[in-house]
Amino acid sequence: MNETEAHCLDEHRVVSLHELVEFSGLSRDELLELVQGGAIPVREAQGTSYFFSAHVVTVARTACRLRDELELDMSGLAVALRLLERVHDLEGEIARLRALLPR
Amino acid sequence: MKYSDYYAALGVARGAAAEEIKKAYRRLAQKYHPDVSKEPEAEARFKEIAEAYQTLKDPEKRAAYDALGQRPQGEEFRPPPDWARQHAGGGEGFSYEDLDFGDLFSRFNTRGARGGFERANASMPGQDFEIPAEISIEDAFNGTTLELQLSMPEYDGAQMRRVPQVVKARIPPGAVDGQRLRLPGKGGKAFNGGRAGDLYLDITLKPHPVFRAADHDLFVDLKLAPWQAALGASVEVQTPGGPVNLKVRPGTSSGQKLRLAGRGLPRPRGAAGDLFAVAQIVLPAQLSERERGLYEELRQASGVDA
Repeated sequence: MNETEAHCLDEHRVVSLHELVEFSGLSRDELLELVQGGAIPVREAQGTSYFFSAHVVTVARTACRLRDELELDMSGLAVALRLLERVHDLEGEIARLRALLPR
Repeated sequence: MKYSDYYAALGVARGAAAEEIKKAYRRLAQKYHPDVSKEPEAEARFKEIAEAYQTLKDPEKRAAYDALGQRPQGEEFRPPPDWARQHAGGGEGFSYEDLDFGDLFSRFNTRGARGGFERANASMPGQDFEIPAEISIEDAFNGTTLELQLSMPEYDGAQMRRVPQVVKARIPPGAVDGQRLRLPGKGGKAFNGGRAGDLYLDITLKPHPVFRAADHDLFVDLKLAPWQAALGASVEVQTPGGPVNLKVRPGTSSGQKLRLAGRGLPRPRGAAGDLFAVAQIVLPAQLSERERGLYEELRQASGVDA
């Protein structure tokens, strides 16, 4: 059986807008709306071409699930993504503080 | 296959109006959606709710579901003999082997005049799948290979079935808690030349007896005797790459973090995380007479009690 290399979706890998559409299930227009609202950060813009850190694939896939499964509109999605980002940051801080506590 | 009571999953009566079903779904989805919920078993509960709603919101699927009759939740059953022909577009020899209950409705085509499983010749992309994967801190440090046992739905144009599959995934060093990894083309199979789906892994780190992880940094308890903390010492500290000697400066207090740069978990590119040894001054449970005397002497010499 062949091994398949798993690609880390982290800040070191870059994806294009086209790839983000393909990976996330969101349309190009929906993604651009989230980008323009600041819910999905752009890593690099070359004219009308946008490039993203690969970790936003996870954000965009979450957005697609929330759109389909909670029937959120675009402004609801943008708010939900910002709140989820805050929750994620706070959970990271809690994990760091817990790691400091002795066993 | 086991019968699922979709009305019970949504908490509505069998005769509920479409609007009532939609309201019940929205209320439950907001509570149990795994991206926003911290309820126990949220993911499994949401899966049941979503599967029920996908079928009951569609009049044709709902009619096909109702035609199966009402049974107790989880009861082993087979659809009636002519059910596939009447409702699912299945012909002679349609097999229910290797199917889950939800599969009966998941590829249902409601756009066609007579409903049924999708039979179009158009290409269909494979489904993406996202699964959790737990690895150890040693695996995160060295990288590892996971053998993932999956059950993938496959559709051949006339029939859907579940096929067991094993995917061998090479996890590079530096995958940490919350990291998502993508295995291109390892999700559901495509039909008629569409793109195969992808498999996403959601990494969590197993609790470790020595190390605690926060992103790529690691934390470890550094137990020091009072005299080591006061006078300084050279002590051995465990790191994932093997033990190293750490110089403890005189006057180290409990809770102080001693940093071993680059001894944490590696990053795919850039510097590795750090390892922090957190000083913890530990007193012996019992003191000998001589130790007690020396502490008394120390108290008098210091002239303070705290």
